[in-house]
This record gives sequence, structure tokens and C-alpha cells, in this order.
Amino acid sequence: MLVYLLKRIAIGLATLLVASAVVFSVLEIIPGDPALLMLGMNAEPDTLAALREQMGLNQPVFLRYLDWVSGLAVGDFGTSYTYSSPVLELIGERVMVSLPLALISLFLSTVIALPVGIFAAARRGKPADTITMGAAQVGVAIPNFWFALLLIYLFAVWLRLVPAGGFPGWDAGIWAGLKALILPAIALALPQAAILARVTRSAMLEVLGEDYIRTARAKGMPRRIVLWHHALRNALIPVLTILGLQFAFLLAGTIIIENVFYLPGLGRLVFQAITQRDLIVVEGVVMLLVATVIIVNILVDIGYAIVDPRLRTRR
Amino acid sequence: MSLLEIENLSLSIAGHPVLKDVDLQIAPGEVLGVVGESGSGKSMSALTVMQLLPELTRAQGRVTFDGIDILAAPEEAMCRLRGDDLGMVFQEPMTALNPVKTIGEQVAEGIRWHTGANRPDAEARARAILDRVGLPESKFPLSRFPHELSGGQRQRVVIAIACALKPKLLIADEPTTALDVVLQAQILDLLRDLVEENRMGLMLISHDLAVVADMADRVTVMRHGVVMESGPTATVLREQKHPYTRQLAEASTHVPARARPQEEAGKEEQTPLLSVSSVTRDYPGRRKGLFSKPEPFRAVDNVSFSLVPGHAVALVGRSGCGKSTLARMILALDRPTSGEIRLDGEALGGKSEHELRHARRNMQVVFQDPYGSFNPRHQVERLVAEPLHLLDTKPSVTERRERVAEALESVGLKASDMQKYPHEFSGGQRQRVSIARAIITRPKLIVADEPVSALDVSIRAQILDLFADLNQRLDLTYLFITHDLTVARAITDEVMVMHDGRIVESGPTAAVLENPESEAAKALVAAAPDLERAIAARLAREKA
Repeated sequence: MLVYLLKRIAIGLATLLVASAVVFSVLEIIPGDPALLMLGMNAEPDTLAALREQMGLNQPVFLRYLDWVSGLAVGDFGTSYTYSSPVLELIGERVMVSLPLALISLFLSTVIALPVGIFAAARRGKPADTITMGAAQVGVAIPNFWFALLLIYLFAVWLRLVPAGGFPGWDAGIWAGLKALILPAIALALPQAAILARVTRSAMLEVLGEDYIRTARAKGMPRRIVLWHHALRNALIPVLTILGLQFAFLLAGTIIIENVFYLPGLGRLVFQAITQRDLIVVEGVVMLLVATVIIVNILVDIGYAIVDPRLRTRR
Repeated sequence: MSLLEIENLSLSIAGHPVLKDVDLQIAPGEVLGVVGESGSGKSMSALTVMQLLPELTRAQGRVTFDGIDILAAPEEAMCRLRGDDLGMVFQEPMTALNPVKTIGEQVAEGIRWHTGANRPDAEARARAILDRVGLPESKFPLSRFPHELSGGQRQRVVIAIACALKPKLLIADEPTTALDVVLQAQILDLLRDLVEENRMGLMLISHDLAVVADMADRVTVMRHGVVMESGPTATVLREQKHPYTRQLAEASTHVPARARPQEEAGKEEQTPLLSVSSVTRDYPGRRKGLFSKPEPFRAVDNVSFSLVPGHAVALVGRSGCGKSTLARMILALDRPTSGEIRLDGEALGGKSEHELRHARRNMQVVFQDPYGSFNPRHQVERLVAEPLHLLDTKPSVTERRERVAEALESVGLKASDMQKYPHEFSGGQRQRVSIARAIITRPKLIVADEPVSALDVSIRAQILDLFADLNQRLDLTYLFITHDLTVARAITDEVMVMHDGRIVESGPTAAVLENPESEAAKALVAAAPDLERAIAARLAREKA
């Protein structure tokens, strides 16, 4: 297992390196001069040249890449062109919003989806199954921003329980912060929960047809215990896979929800950076996401091995 | 008084009748053999007693176990019975255990549930029953997972689960069908001992008359959901009064009529069709430590033999002896680590797929599970025509159709069957389709890997007849890979016994099976169930 982990980490680092080259060259190819954008269209050619020199844009591409990558290795992500502050600091501020948001919605979607999926599988073909899976179908189909608007109307405008948007910062207290995040977390979690519930249901149904379920029943175990003690753990592998994918999405794919709730998250940071040609910020965020995906994948694989002993010895 | 009494049981699943007026009785300490082919309703009878039937099942009649009316018993009452007074062992040991729980957990779970024992007590009892079924603590601690055990060992765990609380009745549904003959004999011995120790009733379901003759005090023969005949084993199987019993008995000892090619003159000079010389296959073993080099596992160890054209040869051995690995190398699906295989004088080693086309045309394969080897979305025409891509010139559409029709007709199917899909055929017909696929390139050698072990006895007899017939009509040479000595006896001229990757004995089939010399061959012959021998032994016991 240790050998396997070290191997996985090494592969992860190599993936990061490849990703850095791809990210850098793609952003190099697309048109747009950051210096020109910073100064505006009417900039004096002299000033422009000086700024380009100062930003290092005149150096050969390869050298700039090396400079950037070696910076990444020691935690120096460079300085934003537009905000004129260190990229790492910018990302750090935004992660403080995006990471709790992602974790809360992942938690919500899991605690909703697993019981619903198991419940539906245990009542396969019965009205309860049809109704829950119909609801899940609707949950998959509804765009999350529309759902977000409904939530705002209901809980913020009508019931006045939570703010309709914005983020007071964690300095305003944990409770205030959580209150600002709860609606967007629900809006993000429900469609994810709908997908996860369907996956859980089909994984459970497959497992419930296995011979060892019959063995457990022949032992005298009631259906309910067989469901939770024998079937669930075997059905968790596909569920873990989906959870891993969803976490990566929840961390960065939330730009619409961030806009609806006016949250200063990673999604908005990267969107603004792209429109302003703030390449160094885009690159930094993308690298952070690549690293997250790699780490989540390793965690998911460890999860597999915890769930299924057959996957422990094979490595 | 009977322990289990089934009276007039009729069963239907979603409106389809499955059982009709079935009567069965088992007394304490008695072994009842339930015999019948697939679809005869023997498993459904067992599942009715356990109340583990599929949904939408309707049962009528009376099932009384130990004074309890099973059909009227609520689910909680059944949960108390199952695993306590009523145990069940299933056919497929490889999948019968939960892969994510240790064997200790799985045995102790039922004990805790029924007796309310705490964990250490339940584990101590689990330990004791695992010791009893032949899984001693030194090699099989409670912390073992199912995937670390072989099929026979897993079946012992399943028996331990079923027998942990000394049930009054054990239902064993084809408990040894998936195991090789030596393991089968061991498991049957274990079941017999458990019956004697606890005066347990045993309902032994099997399609194998010889196994039932060996084990059962009384036998019930079923067909299409109806009981055909019922009575003391020796009487029923010796007198064979009922025509269906006779048909089953004849089918299970069936030997196809076949002119033996080895009696032709001048066979010594014939060049071998297949020659295997000093073939060895190593697989990389598991790494033991961080820096230690893994030790290879030798699946096939320096094997040499040759096949004379027109002969049928059996390669027999226990599971894991290397016979399937050897077959894969002969079929050029795997490469030997060392040694050489020649087909018709042509060496198979070191050739590209393109260069192997000629050899592949001349050797085809028939697998055990005809359903698993067909793509269910293709019509039979496409499935059977598949090997034709090995021809040098691509046949035209009409030519292709003609050859498929010809192949289907020579295996006893109709040319019009080519429009059908695999699921429209019965198991025996599907095996015919796979034989048609194998002969369409007009090969010289057919490698058949357990070709009849998934089939019922009467279907098995028909397929063996077909093999015998094609052997003569098409001058085919056969290599049968099997652990079933009755198949070897029925259809082969020579037999090779394989053990631990080596061929330990070979010779004319009759000679080897009558007078086995090697330990491995002796063990196989002694363990193989034999109907006549079992009936004779039973009669002798009854006289004594």
C-alpha cells in the first residue's frame, strides 16, 4: 500500500508538470496582450514597451515558463496584473469561500442522496421508487441557478431567514459566514444529490441481485440489515467515483451560483481574470484545480481500498 | 414423524406455473436426493421451504417444517428459522460470500443474530464450526477474506454458515457442481458426517444421479415441476421403473457409438497433427516485500505430447492444475515461456496475428458456457460466420450464407436458425451453435474446454453424440479439457492426466481409468461418482 501511494504521488507530480506546460502554452497561444489591456487602447508605445519589459513579457517563452514553474514549486504563483497583489493571496481569499461551499454542498448531497438511493432500491418498482426517482429526474433537469432564484425568493425575500447574497467574510463570525453560504450550498447540492441518488440506486440494485445477498438472507438476517450491512458497502465503489468527480466540479464549476449569490469565490476570480487577460491568475487557479483533482483521485482510490479488501492486496 | 412435509405444492411466478402438486418428505437424519434437469423445479421447491422465492410468486398447498406452516409464517418467523433450524448451501461458492466481509464476520453474524451472543462468544463458536468444516485456525484465521480462499474452501465457509447453529434441516442446492471431482468428494463426505453427527435432515439437490445414488437414502425425481417418481434410492435407481428415471440413468452413462480410429492400420507412421514439446509457462508472482524480487508461478511445467489426426484425447485434472493455461497456449492465445508448439508441422511461436491466420483456421475452440461466449446482440449468422475472416479470400455474401447454413445443418440445426438471436435457443442448442462456429473454417483440431459441464445429462448425451459424429464425418481431432471422467470415458481414445502443471500419466482412456498408476490419476478416479458402483455399494449396505 505504501509503495502504491508513493507511486501515485510521483505520478501525480508528473501530471502536474505536464499540466503546467499545457496550461502555459494554451494561454500563450490565445490572443490578447496583458500590458495593452492594463494600460488601455490609447497607451503611449513607450509606456507600453516599458511595462512589457517590467512584466517580463519580452523574454523568450521558454524562459518565462521556467520562471513561472520554478516559482510554483516554491509557492510563488506570481503577481496579478490587474490586482497588483500576489496570486497566492488572491486565491487564498477566494478558497476561503469556495472550499467551505464545496464541502457543505458535498456533505448535503451525500446525506440526501445515499438514503434516498437505498430507499428507492429497497422498494424497486413500487410507487415509492417511481416517485423518488421521478423527483431525482427533475432534480437533474432543473438548472441550479433557477433553483437558486427560487431559494432566494423563499428563504431570503419571503421568510427573511438568510441574506439574499454577498459574503460578509469569516471575520464577521462563523455563523454569519455559514448563513451566507447555506442557500448556494443547497442550490449546488440538489442537482448533485439527484445524480448521486440515481447512481446509488442502480449500484444497490446490482448488488442486491448478487448471490451473497441470498446467503445473508438464508442466514436469517432481515432485509433491512442485509441492505445496510451487506449491500451498501459493496455498492459504494461507483458512489465514491461520482463523489470524487462532483467535488472537483463543486470547487470551481460554481461560477453561475457565485454570480447569483454574489459570492467572491474561485469561479468568479477565474472568470474575471480571463476577461481581463490576467493570465498569471488564470494559470494559478487552473494549476490549483489540477492539483485538487489529482489529490481527490488519490483519496478516492484509498477509499476504494478501504471499502473493498480485494483492491488492497492487488497492489 | 416427518421433519419437512410438502403436500400438493403448486407454484407460479408471474402467472407461469413452475411447480404442480409436488409432494416431498424428509425425516430427521434422512438424506433426500432431489434429481432433475434444469427447469424441473427442484431449486424452486427448496426456495419455497426457505421462503426466499423471487417476487410475484404465488404458492398453494402445504409446507410444514417441524410443525410450522411455512407458507403462512410471517417474515419475522422465517428470519428466526433461516440460519437456525433451517440452513441452505448454494451452487456457486465463488460468489456466495460477501467480498467485503471477513469469513469470521460472516459466520459469526448469524450466530449473534440468532443467539444474542456477544462478539467474543460468537467468534469462538464461529471458530469452532470453521475448524469442524476443515478450515483450521492456523491457515484460516477469522480475519481471512473470501477472495483469499479457493472455491472448495469458500464452499466450506458457506457450509459453516449454514450449519453453525446445528440446523434440523440443511438444503444443499447443487453444492458441488462447480467443484472438481476431488473437492466434490470431500464436500460430500463433510455433509454426510454433519448429517450423522446432528441427526440433521439433508435435502440434496443435484442433476448428477451418481452423486445422489452415493448420498441419498431416498430419491425424488422431478421434471417440468412435477414429481415423476419417489422412493428408496437403491430401488428407484436399480429398477428404473419410471421411463424418465431410466432416460436420466441412460443419459448419464451414455457412450456415443463411434468407430475407433486407432484400430486403423498404420497409425504409427502418421505424422502428429499437434505436437507440444517441453512447453513451460511462468506467471509473475506476487511481490513479497518492497525490494524482494517476485518469484514466478509455474502454471505449466515442461509438458510434451502429440496428437494423432482423428484421435480424441482428454486432458483431465483438478481445478488449477494448468490445463486451461496449456489449452490457451495451444490456441495461440497465450505464449509459452519456453518450449514449442507445432500444428500440422507449423510452429506457432513468435508469429504475428496475421501470420497465425492459417493456423487459427485449422484449430477452433468450443467453450463451456455457450451463452457467455456469444454477443447477445448479434444474429446467429454473424456469430457463426465470425471465424471466416481467417480465410485468405473474403467469401461473398451468398457464399458466406451457404457455409453458415451448411455448418448449422451439420450440427443438427436448421439453416433458417441463422436469423435468430442467442437467447432464442436452449442451452443445448446454443452449444450446437458454438460447435457450428468452430467447424465453419473446416478445421482439423477442435479444442473443447469443458464443453458439456454446463449441460443437463440428456442434453449432454446428445452433444457427446454430435462430437462423436463430427469426429468421423469431418475427420476432426479433439482435445477435450475436462475434470469429468465420464466425459473422458464416453468420447476419448486417450487420456492425459495433469497435476501441478505436469502431465503425470497418459495412455488409452480405458486403461488409465481402469488402472490408474499416478497418485493424481488415482485420486481423480476414486473421487469420480459412478452410478453403478454407488448403487452396488448402497445395496451391499442395505443387506448388511
